Amino acid sequence: MNSWIDADLVLITLTSLVLLGASRLGTTIRMVALQGVLLSPLPLLLAGDAGITLRAAGLAVATVLIKGIGFPWLMDRAVRGGSLRRELDPRLGYNASLLAGVLLLAVAFLLSSRLPLPPGEGTPLVLPAALFNILAGMFVIASRRQAITQVLGYLVLENGIYVFGVGIASHQPLLVELGILLDVFAAVFVMGIVIFHMGRELDHIDTGRMTLLNDWEKE
Amino acid sequence: MTLLLVALGLLVAGGAAALLCRQSPRAANLLGAGSAAAACALGLVPAVTGLVGGGARLESAWSVPGGSLALAIDPLSAFFLVPLFGLCGLAAVYGAGYLSAAPGGRSPGPPWFHFSWLVAGMVVVVTARNAVLFLVAWEVMSLASYFLVTRDDEREDVREAGWTYLVATHFGNACLIALFALLGPRSLDFADFGPASHAGLLFVLALIGFGTKAGFMPLHVWLPEAHPAAPSHVSAVMSGVMIKMGIYGLLRTLTWLGPPPLWWGGLLIAAGAASGVVAVMFALAQRDLKRVLAYSSVENTSIIALGLGVGLVGLHAGTPGVAVLGLAGALLHVWTHALGKGLLFLGAGAVLHATGTRDLDRLGGLARRMPLTSATFLVGAAAIAGLPPLSGFFSEFLILYGAVQHAGLHSLAAMVALALMSGLAAAVFVRAFGGAFLGVARDDGVRVAHDPGAAMRAPMAILAPALLALGLSTPVLLPALAPVVEQIGGLPARRELDAATAPLAVVVLGSTIFLALVALIAGLRRSLLAGRTVGAAATWDCGYAHPAPRMQYTASSFAQPLTALFGPVLRTRLTWDAPRGLFPAAAAFATRTPDVVREAALRPLFDLVSGALHAMHRLQHGRLHLYVISIALTLVVLLLWRLS
Repeated sequence: MNSWIDADLVLITLTSLVLLGASRLGTTIRMVALQGVLLSPLPLLLAGDAGITLRAAGLAVATVLIKGIGFPWLMDRAVRGGSLRRELDPRLGYNASLLAGVLLLAVAFLLSSRLPLPPGEGTPLVLPAALFNILAGMFVIASRRQAITQVLGYLVLENGIYVFGVGIASHQPLLVELGILLDVFAAVFVMGIVIFHMGRELDHIDTGRMTLLNDWEKE
Repeated sequence: MTLLLVALGLLVAGGAAALLCRQSPRAANLLGAGSAAAACALGLVPAVTGLVGGGARLESAWSVPGGSLALAIDPLSAFFLVPLFGLCGLAAVYGAGYLSAAPGGRSPGPPWFHFSWLVAGMVVVVTARNAVLFLVAWEVMSLASYFLVTRDDEREDVREAGWTYLVATHFGNACLIALFALLGPRSLDFADFGPASHAGLLFVLALIGFGTKAGFMPLHVWLPEAHPAAPSHVSAVMSGVMIKMGIYGLLRTLTWLGPPPLWWGGLLIAAGAASGVVAVMFALAQRDLKRVLAYSSVENTSIIALGLGVGLVGLHAGTPGVAVLGLAGALLHVWTHALGKGLLFLGAGAVLHATGTRDLDRLGGLARRMPLTSATFLVGAAAIAGLPPLSGFFSEFLILYGAVQHAGLHSLAAMVALALMSGLAAAVFVRAFGGAFLGVARDDGVRVAHDPGAAMRAPMAILAPALLALGLSTPVLLPALAPVVEQIGGLPARRELDAATAPLAVVVLGSTIFLALVALIAGLRRSLLAGRTVGAAATWDCGYAHPAPRMQYTASSFAQPLTALFGPVLRTRLTWDAPRGLFPAAAAFATRTPDVVREAALRPLFDLVSGALHAMHRLQHGRLHLYVISIALTLVVLLLWRLS
């Protein structure tokens, strides 16, 4: 069973790396969708010897529906409706981003080697994969200009937290998991709407050009 | 206790109803004022029974850590509850008239909402028996009054006043949180507080924290700003009752700290003397009527501090006579000031309402136009200035009487300061009353002024006789203070208070005879003048051909010899445009006396702090990705650090 979990975690990590190096908005969205689908078997696989419970199955289905289909559709709609530029135009080049991703992966392994886990929880790869996704999500938020990529970065970050939650704290009740899913859903929904309208009103969603929105008056 | 809870519920519900009543300002006004007044009337019942010995307790669990919903009425609480409910109820009635005539047709809902919460907050402050509950109520009281102060927030000076108040009050709150944290490492229930090892530090914290609310100098800076900015019935409540919450807190803290060392009394006397004398000087120099009253409030809390100081010195020296008289004088002054200053602020509100100005140099001659306001204002002024037979005289007399019985530098300082303050306070109120009510109107708006409507007249007409009655019945009421004094001082007080009633009775007798004589002479004059025509003519006009009302001797002129004497402290600023040439045309003259503590100490300090913090604005650059990078870096560094 463990090998399947590890394979899945490796695939999730790879999608994040692809996302870091992708130059097209469409690729990025598809990678996030793929990641959502890849996340869904985790609760089933990690249920392990206890057998597949209704809770795990419900969570897997909800994950596919929301993360694999719902979010990508929302993002896609925002991109089409707002007639956005399809290139990402990052602050940091694609190759440099990939390199940074590898560095983040190293940091994730370094951190997880120091973080003691309760025995019998998950596999050794759960923690690095979770931390890497969190860091990669933050990196995407910080290094891309367009607001939509920041939402995608947020989703990657959240996926990392999801891996951590499912992998480590497998005892937490279904209600909490579903609650978090619902929270994220609401957040992404709102962000999708905001981006859609920003794209219409401003002709751009470049966050670098929104610095005037702070409270402090420049003198 | 049930009645108290009902009153609290009524306040909260009435406030909410007034807030929701957006469609009809009239209904909101009636709901807010009616519920507040009804709640105060209900609350008076448990307050008065608490004062005559019927205590009550209520305790229930609260999910907040360290907190419990413990309320109780003991003599000390009841002593503060009575003026609280009394004055707030009357202020609510007055406010119904005051707010209904507010210009601009703004809804009176929000002010009533905040007023209700202010009253409810104060009630819980006085009755709370748990530190968390106390601090929450304290904060509610502070915030509610902040919103009331900033009601006219379209005006720059009001926003400035609100800001000053907010900063000052939270400075005090920070000290209070520290105080309670140090008092109760184990339990935050008042019942578990006892003599602590570092009582000196606790006393200083309480003096700063509660002193900020009470307005001891140099912590008084918010008072002269906030009082004039608030609607007048709120000024009355703030000055009459809310600043007394600081006194209440100080007294309550003293019951936990054990026997006082000599320096506590000395510190209170020093603080009271310095702040009282300086405040009364500033009161003399102000042109704004409400600002005069605000400075006078600082002076009066200083008198209370002097009384407490004398009481503590007496406690330390083991002379019950000194201790009891000092404490009793301070307590009596709490009531005197609550009723008297409440009445004066209501009167000032009526003047402002009728004339549209608070500038003493523009008012004048209102005694004829507003007979009721001027008569009641006179009673309040006499009480606050400490003239017999009003209770202000008795409270100051008790403090002096106690101080005389103690030989020492402390009591000598208290006596000298009190004497100086009383003299100057009399000058302050002669000036305020004379400037506003005597002479001839100096401005067109003032000439057509008239007494306000019934809702605003009634509270003044009730407070003035109440104040007179309190003064005349002081010898009878004084022994009733014994339980309160005993609770604070921890010593039997009955005998000393009984002994002190004899000289008070003589004063009452003397003043009654004097008042009777005055009434007799007035009646005589009236009967002599009956049936004759009484003409009114200008006074001797120094040979000027066309004397104008503006040429009258103004309030500023009256105070000028004294303000010149205190010039180095007051630093009055003159701006004038002297008449030039043989046929001068326009000329101007103005004086302004800004607060010396604010200008000389606090403003430079705050400028320094804000300059130093200016650099922090560079962190708020608005570049989102840099924010995220700094968060991520912090996270990674923290993880690496903690996991190494």
